[in-house]
Amino acid sequence: MSATVEAPAPHEPRPEAPGFRTPRRDAEALARAGAWARRAPLLPALIFVIAVTQVPFVITIVVSFVNWNSLYPNDIAFGGFDNYVAVFTDPAMRASVVTTVLLTVTVVLVSLVLGLVVALLLDRQFLGRGVVRTIMIAPFLVVPVAAALVWKHALYNPEYGLFNGALNWLFGLFGATAPQPDWITNNPLIAVEAALIWQWTPFMMLILLAGLQSRPLDVIEAARVDGASAWQLFRYMTLPHMRRYLELAALLGSIYIVQNFDAVFTITSGGLGTANLPYTIYQQFFQAHDYGAASAAGVVVVIGTIAIATFALRSVSTLLKEENR
Amino acid sequence: MTAPTLDRPTTAAVATRPRRAPRASSARTSAGRTLGGRVRGGLLGLVAWIVGLAFFAPVAWMVLTSFHSETDAATNPPSIFAPLTLDGYANFFGANSGASPWPPLINSATASVVSTLLVLALALPAAYALSIRPVTKWSDVMFFFLSTKMLPMVAGLLPIYLIASRIGALDSVGLLIVLYTSMNLPIAVWMMRSFLSEIPVEILEAAALDGASLPSIFRRVIIPISGPGLAATALICFIFSWNELLFASVLTSTQAFTAPVFLTSFVTSQGLFLAKVCAAAVAVSFPVLVAGFAAQDKLVQGLSLGAVK
Repeated sequence: MSATVEAPAPHEPRPEAPGFRTPRRDAEALARAGAWARRAPLLPALIFVIAVTQVPFVITIVVSFVNWNSLYPNDIAFGGFDNYVAVFTDPAMRASVVTTVLLTVTVVLVSLVLGLVVALLLDRQFLGRGVVRTIMIAPFLVVPVAAALVWKHALYNPEYGLFNGALNWLFGLFGATAPQPDWITNNPLIAVEAALIWQWTPFMMLILLAGLQSRPLDVIEAARVDGASAWQLFRYMTLPHMRRYLELAALLGSIYIVQNFDAVFTITSGGLGTANLPYTIYQQFFQAHDYGAASAAGVVVVIGTIAIATFALRSVSTLLKEENR
Repeated sequence: MTAPTLDRPTTAAVATRPRRAPRASSARTSAGRTLGGRVRGGLLGLVAWIVGLAFFAPVAWMVLTSFHSETDAATNPPSIFAPLTLDGYANFFGANSGASPWPPLINSATASVVSTLLVLALALPAAYALSIRPVTKWSDVMFFFLSTKMLPMVAGLLPIYLIASRIGALDSVGLLIVLYTSMNLPIAVWMMRSFLSEIPVEILEAAALDGASLPSIFRRVIIPISGPGLAATALICFIFSWNELLFASVLTSTQAFTAPVFLTSFVTSQGLFLAKVCAAAVAVSFPVLVAGFAAQDKLVQGLSLGAVK
């Protein structure tokens, strides 16, 4: 990656019309036509994305300032910041903000650390490395709803789930009685987090492994010859090099996990204090029919994501610049 | 599946990326020098296997349970060696109940495939205008695309619902196609741009000098060279569309509901259903697993929007 100093950066933007003034009008027209010829292939995609992603969001912002419950279609009125006040004073809404932060931070951090460990293990030569890498990816490729269903019913179920079954079998070996905890009821948020960590660790691992494999190996080899210990190599060479990859993996992971709906919806149905913002918005919209409040909550999610996204964009932009150096 | 090629660099990186082979051999010699080093290396390999198998275990359990009968699936301790049967799949595909999984599967396939084709058709020209003959502010445009990806989809849910119900587009696969296309377009533009910038500019100039028109440059130069990248882009768009649940469950009801929505609907509170659920999970995940394993070389590049090679 960092080593992909591409061949003579062929795609630098070329200086365009402004610096190219001629008194002759047809030359200017020609330049303008050229600029439009360049833009033309871009426009369909650009217009499509603006129409489908930006326009609805603008409407969301507008609706967030309106008192609008579809059960009372005659009471639609401008409400100022009422909906935002509701979002931040409603205990359920506030709780879901906290849950979203907890869920996202826990899942991202744990799967990042696990992903780094697995990536370090897979960066070495050993028998069957390709096989282990392939089976490691599998959790990420199970359809999220299907994964959540399997965790809920086939693993967590207190009566016949695999976890309690394995405990029973293990304790049975020693003739003891196994504890049979009800995993989801005892620790609902951790249950959701564990299933998500299982799915996202492979994602982190893939990005971090790509980072490890782009290390400048000659420098590391030189340091090793000079007698650097394995820990020193990791601490002073690998970790600094990996910083950007860790950032990128964390930020991309956050963007996806902040929006998670499937796991919360399936494993706990948002109960037992696991309702995150996307689930709460879904509920506001579907059950309470409170369009205004749902929109305000949506805007809050967006503002939260923009905070993360600003960092993400900065991190990705350094990668893009390097690629075009 | 495909033999995973950990070490194959992408075409553009070949010249500059440090080769892996020399280090691998030197690591082997330095590890092989001492007995302690060899034991440590072997142990770490063993740890890697254990961790890999631990992560794979739920998938393996899901597949195994899907081939058990309902009574064997719900025992404690688990009956790993119970006889295998296809009952779970027969159940899922509607042998006993009236609910056939085919309409949702076909809806999912239609929405995913058509939106993926649309994405490719829109993203390829856009990527061209962002890399090979770039518009002036190409990097601003790139970041605009990326920033739309960071807008949580749930924030647009209500207006989309209202607009769709106003124009009578609720519960139609066409609506899902439009939404999935916009959801994947930014990813595809980023990925494809990174693939197109790997095409040596000399080849494009030579083709242009020979008088090839733009469509024929696309057909004869760009598409063949970046073919594997385009395929990977397509697979990743397909996976994201196939997996999508939130929009599908809010915007569809009886006609256009997709496989993930179907999955959430058939878990019942009465009777044994574990084998059936696992069979359904395997059946619905199967296309994604195949696509993902086939694209695993390019998966990193796709998931990181082309930022990591």
